[in-house]
Order: sequence, then structure tokens, then C-alpha cells
Amino acid sequence: MRSRLWVLLLIFPLWLSLVPTAPAQSGGSIVVTFKDDVSTLDPAIGYDWQNWSIIKSIFDGLMDYAPGTTKLVPHLAESYSVSKDGRTYTFKLRKGVKFHNGREVVAQDFKYTLERVLNPKTQSPGAGFYGGIQGAEAFASGKAKEVSGIKVVDKYTLQITLTKPNAAFLHTMALNFAHVVPKEEVEKAGADFGHKPVGTGAFKLKEWVLGQRVVLVRNPDYFIKGRPLVDEIVFQVGVDPNVALLRLQRGEVDILGDGIPPARFVQIMQDPQWRKLVEVGDQLHTGYVTINTRMKPLSDVRVRRAMNMAIDKERIIRIINGRAIPAVQILPPLMTGYDKTYKGYPYDPAGAKKLLAEAGYPNGFSTVLYANNTDPNPRIAQAIQQDLAKIGIKVELKTLAQSTVIEAGGKGEAPLIWSGGMAWIADYPDPNDFYWPILSCASAAPGGWNWAWYCNKELEKLAEEADALVQPGQEAERAERFRKIFRAIMQDAPWIPIFHEKRYTMHSARVGGAKGIFVDPIHIPVHYDEVRVVK
Amino acid sequence: MIRYLAGRFAQSCLVLFGVTLLTFFLLFILPADPARMIAGRSATIETVNRIRAELGLDRPVPLQYLQYVARLVRGDLGRSYAQKIEVRDLLLSRLAATAYLMVAGIGFELLLGIPAGVLAALRRGSTADRLIMVGAFAGVSAPQFAVGLLLLYVLAFRWGLFPLGGYGSFAHVILPAFTLGIAGGGWYARMIRSSLVDVLDQDYVRTARGKGLPRGKVVLKHALRNALLPIVSMVGLDIGTFMGGVVVVESVFGWPGIGQLAWQAIQIVDIPVIMGVVIVSALAIMAGNLLADLIYPFLDPRIRYE
Repeated sequence: MRSRLWVLLLIFPLWLSLVPTAPAQSGGSIVVTFKDDVSTLDPAIGYDWQNWSIIKSIFDGLMDYAPGTTKLVPHLAESYSVSKDGRTYTFKLRKGVKFHNGREVVAQDFKYTLERVLNPKTQSPGAGFYGGIQGAEAFASGKAKEVSGIKVVDKYTLQITLTKPNAAFLHTMALNFAHVVPKEEVEKAGADFGHKPVGTGAFKLKEWVLGQRVVLVRNPDYFIKGRPLVDEIVFQVGVDPNVALLRLQRGEVDILGDGIPPARFVQIMQDPQWRKLVEVGDQLHTGYVTINTRMKPLSDVRVRRAMNMAIDKERIIRIINGRAIPAVQILPPLMTGYDKTYKGYPYDPAGAKKLLAEAGYPNGFSTVLYANNTDPNPRIAQAIQQDLAKIGIKVELKTLAQSTVIEAGGKGEAPLIWSGGMAWIADYPDPNDFYWPILSCASAAPGGWNWAWYCNKELEKLAEEADALVQPGQEAERAERFRKIFRAIMQDAPWIPIFHEKRYTMHSARVGGAKGIFVDPIHIPVHYDEVRVVK
Repeated sequence: MIRYLAGRFAQSCLVLFGVTLLTFFLLFILPADPARMIAGRSATIETVNRIRAELGLDRPVPLQYLQYVARLVRGDLGRSYAQKIEVRDLLLSRLAATAYLMVAGIGFELLLGIPAGVLAALRRGSTADRLIMVGAFAGVSAPQFAVGLLLLYVLAFRWGLFPLGGYGSFAHVILPAFTLGIAGGGWYARMIRSSLVDVLDQDYVRTARGKGLPRGKVVLKHALRNALLPIVSMVGLDIGTFMGGVVVVESVFGWPGIGQLAWQAIQIVDIPVIMGVVIVSALAIMAGNLLADLIYPFLDPRIRYE
């Protein structure tokens, strides 16, 4: 009997491998490529395509989203509650969660983390998201030693009070900037914390060779049992997307971090062998042209509506190989508040010409369109130029470096700007992220991002009211408010929405995972914790 | 000689000073604001202003330049705005790869250029000459990203002879260096041909031939040595150019050189990194030129530095 058991034990691993359903922890190592460097892994600072999702795999926040979706769920928080006035949030922390250095996460760590983000010395691009916390302004300007609105009630309870209700507040708690960091490690690494990250996440940093690779290994103590699904991820940087694709085809690479190179896109999508390795998903993206509402003759709403009717969006989408759907409104389809019944302006050059004549420009006028100079943006700008020429508007193109376009937009010098190539993806899946930073009166200021310089005081009030609808059960009402707001904005036509881009991620046949994780709308570009090796 | 070197050193310091001054002010004329690039689109105007103050960008530009030079003299290149790490570390991490590619690239330039140029000069007017000159012209004019991708596709992807880009073993350097060699080798071949043709017509070559020396020996010992002078100065220049980064070749082959670093820094106006790269390339250009000048006397004893 005893000896038989031995044999059974000996063959057990062999026997396991014969079971067809893959075990939860598949192990193995995967390779992801990027063209540009992973600049920093400091959650307070990292804000680019490469590092966004890597940081999410090393750190965790109070809130997160169900993998592959935009559904907000408690994460390091076990539960939370909102006060009656909608200004105070109380978070109960999950117990026993440990940093990679072995210390348990407590409420004080979150207070430290948020104060670090708000401290100007940190130079966090996310500081603006937390300016609504009571006392944040006084702290950031150096008038207070701590943020009065962040209270540590006890070891596992955190309370945050806002100056006014903000329905998107819980989303900001899921942003990387609010991912918890251990004070002792930040102080030990000093300014180099971004290169020596210590978090609570599914992976830990193993090795970082500047300009070459970043290697993460599984955190065996991760608080979600059974995650991550692979033992190691190697991020190789400096890899040209064309070469990355060749390497994937030869089995050396598992995920193309930068997507399928445009020059090969059609070929890949037509070849069944490769097509099945491509996953397609929606993202929180709208590509649009801003129309400077403070410049003549663009200040005339009839002119702006005419321009909206002049653009052949289907043709523009053909330029990018059909990787998008036409946009008739400001919000992307995945976003709460997207209006399925709204049809937008029709493509109607004749009608547009009539409207222009009504506005007093029967022969059109001359104006300037700014665009980013990286492909395909100049080609898209040219298509817009041709479409506007058909209704008599002569457009001069200025295709420039991203930073120069941003500067022109913020100074109000640009009559028209094509938004492509400006990193325009929503930070969180709430409609107010498409209002406050880019269409509000508050953002129509020098150095801001409201390049249409659009300001509608009535809508501003409506948006504030909508943001005060924070109680559970008010979501539908709030979504309806935002539908109303964005419909009204379309009436004023400060933008020409052009398309909503889709995301295409290609991965090798040896990796897989649940639906949506390769085109996760939040863990951009890929939800690494959920990727598994399948063969 | 020592006086000559001291003079060159003083000259170099002056050039370096001028280069930093010019680059620094050009970067500030640029209509782009690093603070805003760091802050991102969700930042309030106060946040941007605080970041600007934190970086010291709110001070007058001449003052900022003086502070930069003061730190530079102490060997402090500052910290990258985007990567939040010492610029020195960023440069050092890429210097070895850059130098490796530089040496290998120049190696291929010489390997391809000199024999082709010599052959063309000796067979002046022949089919071989014409073929070589057309080849050299094609090599010089072909866009490097196309050549690089083609080599990668055929030799690495199809035939599997080389790794598909990346950095590491000796096999990794061959294709990128060869791509550089094709363009540079084209220039070298043309240069060698024309100077060798000149030299071959000189009296002393005819004398050497007349006293009965074999043709090969005349070409190698008497003619080529003189014809190499312009090549030496071209190699000197190439050292500088390649050390400043060869952006296209580096990005096609995923070579972790200084060019890729520079390219990324320029996109986001990462001033300390741009300055660091400019200083490295200025130093390399000066070193390359100095090296060429020091080699001249060995090739042509008439050249002396007193």
C-alpha cells in the first residue's frame, strides 16, 4: 500500500500535465515589446503608454476594475461607504495585504501616498485629480503640513472628505496615481523610486537594464489567490514595431505592446493564421477636431455646424485601414452617458454650403489646421483639408511636433486642431473626464487643454449638479444628465467628432486569457495579471 | 606637441561652451513647455506652475544657463524630466552600445569602401569601375530604414542567419553595422577612387614604377598611403556622427544606443537629456577630429605639429 502511494506521488506531476483544462497558475515567462522606454515605474509619475499597465501590475489601489471591463470594484478596499452629503468616503481596508518588502499595508500608507502625489516636489501629473480633497490646495501651496481631508480613523479605516461631491471620485481612487506606496521604501530609494519600485502588486521588479529590458517576477504573496498566471514577464524596449511583428511570427515575442504596424495591418487581418491571434476591443477614445470658438469666423455656431456636416468620416476611417468607427458625438460608446439614439450631424456638403452662406460666407474663408506630424495624422489632416475645401473653406495645414501643437492649443493660437497623436484616451470611464479637462469653462484658460476655448456657463452648472449625484441608485439619473450636457455641446459644435478608435492587440499562440484582457479598456494595453501561457 | 595639444584642449573647451550655450537657448526658443509635457492633460494650471517652479523653469533663461554650466563643470548633467533618473546614468547605459556600433560600423565602411575604391581606381573606366560606382551611389542614397528592414527580413527572418534585432552577442552587431557600412562605404569608395586616381598620375608613382617595383607594391605602399589621408578625416568625422547616435539604424535594429535616447527626449522636450546627448556628440566630434589630426603625420611625414 505504502509503496503504491509513492508511485502515485511520483507520477502525479506527469498525470497533472495530462489534464486538458489548464491549471489556474500556468507559470512560464512571456515577452512583451515596446518601441519606447519604460520611463519610470513610480505610480505617482508614470503616465505613458508603456508604463501604465506595468505599474498596475506592481502596485494596487483602493479600487480597480473587473478585468476586461469598465466595471469599478473595490480592490485593496474591502468595502466603502459614502456620506449623505456625498462629500465623505469611508474605506475599510482589506487586512493582511503585504508590500513586496513584507510589511502590511495600513490606512496611513494611503494618506502618505495621496499626500506624496499632491506634494509639488513629486511633480506628479496626477495631482490635479485630487485637488478636490479638502485641504489639498493648502497642502500643495505649502500652507499646511498635511491634507486635512484625509483621515486615518484606525489601522484599517481611511476617510476622505471632498470640498464638493464628485461622482468620479472613486474612479480617481483606481488611477495609478493613488496606488499605494510604502513610505520607508520611497525614502530609501529617494528620487530613484521609479526605478526601484516596491508595491503590493501581482508582480515585483526583478531586473531593469536601461534602454533594453524590464523584467517582472511573480509576487508569491499577492493578495488575490491564483494571480498572476505567469511567473515572469520580460518587457523589451527599443523594438521597432515591424521587427516586433517578425519576431512574434517567429515565436520570439508574445505580445506586441505597440500594436500591429500599420504597413502590415491589412495583410495580417486577411491571413487566417495570424488573424486568429488578433484581439479587437473598444477603447475610451474619441478623435476630434477642435474649433476655436473665440476666433472669427469660427465663433459663429452656423460655421461650426457647417464644418461638422462637411467631413466624410468613413473616408478618414479608410485611411487608418478601418480601425475605428465614425463618431457622431463626443463620448465613446463604452462610456456611461453615451447616447445611442443621437445621430449627430449628417455628412451633407450641400447643406453645409447653404449654412455657410447663411452665416455670411458663401465663398468660404481661410483658416489653419494644426496636427501632429506622426503618421497617420498628417494624412488624416489632409483628408479634413480636402473635405473643407469642398465647401469653400481653405485650410492651411500645420503638421508639427506634439509638444508644439499642445502649446499652440493652450495659447489659443490654433483655429483648428486635429486631436490625433495627442494621447487622447480617457483616464477613467466616467463622462466627466470628457467634460472638465477639455470642454469646461475652467479648462478654457491659457495652458489648458480646452483647445476649442468652449465655455457654456449653464452646462458647467449642470455638470456640477450631475457630479453631485453620488449615491448608489443615482447612476441612471446622472447618466441622463450627461447625455443632456453632451447633446447640448454638440448643438454648440465646438468639436467635429471624427472617429472612435478600436484597439487591436496581437499575441502569440502560446499565450491566452479571458475575453477582453488583451484589449482591456483600463489596463492599457494588456492586463498582465490575467495573461496565461496556454501551451 | 604638448603645446599643440594644450591649444586644441583650450579650443575644445571653447567650442563645448558655445555648443551648450546655443543648444540651451534654442531649446528655450522652441514653442513647447516641458512642464506641460510632464503635467499631462488632467493637470490644473496651478499644478503645471508648481512643476515649472520645481524644475526651476520659472527663472530667467540666462540664470538657468549659468546654473546649468555651474553644475556641468562639477560633472553634474542633471536629472531627466521624464525618466526621473540621472542623465549621466542614462548616457552611460547607452554609451557602450553606441561605441560598439560605431567601431563595427566604421569597420564595415572601411572593409567595403577601401577595396571597392582601390579596385575602381585601378580599373578606371572598366565595367567593374562602373558597377562599383553605381553600387556606391546606390549605397549612399538608399534610405537606411529600408536597407535595414530588408536585411532583417531576408537574412534574419527568412533565412534565420542573424538574430532579429536586439543587442548582445557579436551576431547582433553585424546587420546594423553592415547597414551603416553600406552608406558610409559608398562615400569611402568614391573618395578613395578619386584621390587614388589623382595620386596614380603623380610623378613619384611613375618613378616608383620606373625603378621596377611591382605594381601591387607601388599601389599599396606609395599611392594608397597618400590616398588615405582624406579617409582618415572622414573616419574622424564618422566617430563624432556615430557617437551622437544613428537614430534610424538604432531604431530599426532595436540597438540601445544614444540616438534612440535623443529621439525620445526630443519628443517630450526633456531638456537635460537633450543637452547631455549634445555634449556627448560634441565631445565625440572633437575627439574624432583630434584623432584624425594625430594620425596624419604617420601617413604623411610632411605634416608636423610644432
